[in-house]
Order: sequence, then C-alpha cells, then structure tokens
Amino acid sequence: MSKFKKKKGGELPAISTASLPDIVFMLLFFFMVATVMRDNTLMVDNKLPAADQVQKLDKKDRVIYIYAGKPSSRYKTKYGNQAKIQLNDKFSVVSDVGAYVLAERATKREELQNVLTTALKVDGETNMGLISDIKQELRKVNALKINYTTRIGNYSQNY
Amino acid sequence: MARKSPEVNAGSMADIAFLLLIFFLVTTTIETDSGINRKLPPMDEIIDPPVIKERNIFTVVVNKNNMILVEEKLMDLSDVRSSAVKFLDNGGGVGEEECTYCEGEKDRSSSDNPEKAIISLKNDRETDYKVYISVQNELVAAYNELRDREFTKKFPNDRMTFVEANKMYSDPRTSVKVKTSLKPKLDEIKKMFPQKLSEAEPNKK
Repeated sequence: MSKFKKKKGGELPAISTASLPDIVFMLLFFFMVATVMRDNTLMVDNKLPAADQVQKLDKKDRVIYIYAGKPSSRYKTKYGNQAKIQLNDKFSVVSDVGAYVLAERATKREELQNVLTTALKVDGETNMGLISDIKQELRKVNALKINYTTRIGNYSQNY
Repeated sequence: MARKSPEVNAGSMADIAFLLLIFFLVTTTIETDSGINRKLPPMDEIIDPPVIKERNIFTVVVNKNNMILVEEKLMDLSDVRSSAVKFLDNGGGVGEEECTYCEGEKDRSSSDNPEKAIISLKNDRETDYKVYISVQNELVAAYNELRDREFTKKFPNDRMTFVEANKMYSDPRTSVKVKTSLKPKLDEIKKMFPQKLSEAEPNKK
C-alpha cells in the first residue's frame, strides 16, 4: 500500500526557503505602514524634553510644525551657536513665523483651517526667550492651539 | 505546439525584499507625536482685567538660573506637584463659594475653590526650555491627579481614571456610542477642576 511506503532513510531533506520572501515582504509592509516619513530634514539639534502628562497630537494634516534649537554641527560654522528657528528646511527669524503659519494654513483644506495645531518641536537647551517670541507671533496670527512636543518620560530625565 | 515556458527562478526574491526592507529601516524615523497641549490667550487686550484675589493665585516663577519659586519661596521640582494639588484642592471658600468635593485643608489664606484657583506660570527669557516643560508637566500632573480622583469617585463603574477616559475619548478607534457616553462625564470633571493655567509673558530685561 502506497500509504505506508517506507520513508527513505538517511539524509535530511533541505529546508524549503520558498516562504522566506513572503516573511520578508510581510516585515517590509509592516515597516512601510508603521513609519512616517519625515517631511523636512532637521537642521537644528532637536533633543526634545521629557514629560509624562502628554496627549497625542492630532492627525498629521492638522498640524503645523515649528522647529527650534541650536544649529546642528554641520551648520555651526555658517550659522553660529545661537538657537534658531527652522521653518520648512530653512533657518528663519522670529518675524517670519507669522507669515509661515498663515501660508501653511492656506494650504490646508478649508474645513481644517480652524482646528489646526502648531507643534513646537524645540530642543531642551533652548532659552525660553525664543519660545516666548514665537508664542507672541502665533498670538498675532491667531494660531492659539499649540503643542509642546515632548518625549515620553519622567521629568528627571531633563537634568 | 506551445512549448511549456520555463519557471522563473524565485530564489533571489528574498534578496530583493531584504534590500527594500533594509532601505525602509534605515530611511524612516519614527516621529514623536505627543506633547503638552496648551491654548494661548487671544491677542486683543482686555481693557478691564477682572480683579482676582491674591489668595486665588498660585504663582510659579522659574528664574534665569532655572530655580523654581513657588509663592515666593524656593522649591524643588519634585515638590511642585504636591503643593499645586494642595492649593487647588484647598476649598477655603464659605457660603456660595464653598467647594463640596474638595479634600484640602480649607485654609482661608489659600484658594476659595478650584473654579477660582489660577496657577500663574512665569519665566525669564533665559530659562531653559526643558525646565519650563518640566514645571508645566508637573502642574498639568496636579490637575490630572485631582481629576482622576474625582472621576474614580464619581464614576466607579467605568473602572478607569480621567486620563484614561480622556485618551479613550480622543482615540479615533473608539465607537461613537462610547464617545457620547464619555463626553458628559469628562465635561463634568473638567468643570470641577478647570485647567486655569496662565502663562505670563516673561520679564522684560
């Protein structure tokens, strides 16, 4: 009877690697879906401070990002050591913030324009003076919802 | 007669997929998308600012040396939360201003009730951002602590804290039914301990 044919003894059969591509593709798709591409390259140091009373940020299309911090080592020779604001790939001064927010707001869909949040991604070592200036500019253009973006962690990590 | 076409060798498929996988692993960065939400006051000047009693204001000052002054006394960051809770939960008011749910000391020289209590956070232009955020974090934590307490006291059947409920409410995966049942509860607690945290403009030099 063929059902009870004696197995060929001796050498082990080779492990089939036919499903390997499937496994790798699965991983690939996971990473493609789970990761978010960065819109703009960071030109400033951006070690965010830690906090634990955080709320999740809104969906990405409702957020305007403002980066600030000391220029990263690549730009130090050119832009110096003072903390700077980065808007969309270039260094800016405080007075540009208002115009930037208005321009960004204009690019969003109309129904979202009233619910926009401004996320401040600021390096922990920055002086508050710069942030206060940004806040004043934001108040001028009526962008009142802000979010201090932080890492999740205990405050003791900040020292 | 159609000849049988030879099968394509799929052996290198894994290599190609690995290459793509490694590319994505290297190029993507997981963005942080959480933080402390705040609302700035509108620009138009209030001509006639309301008079607020001194005892209802809890002043927190962070100076340029990153030292924290709470009610004009030097304080360690680890004590800020507890003293803010003590201030908010004081409930020293009598008569109409009495706070029925406060568990504080009912000190007459501290806040009347949580609805009147205001925390004023002031900083210098040279204060470090990370210190400022730490202080903000502690003050928000004080509010959350009290809100959690009231939420679990009021709605013990929900088996969660205010923070968890709020997170669930803002989660897009939560069903509309759950959301509509959560909303009035959250609003009620928010009304009991409104987050009155004022960020004053820094001192001009």
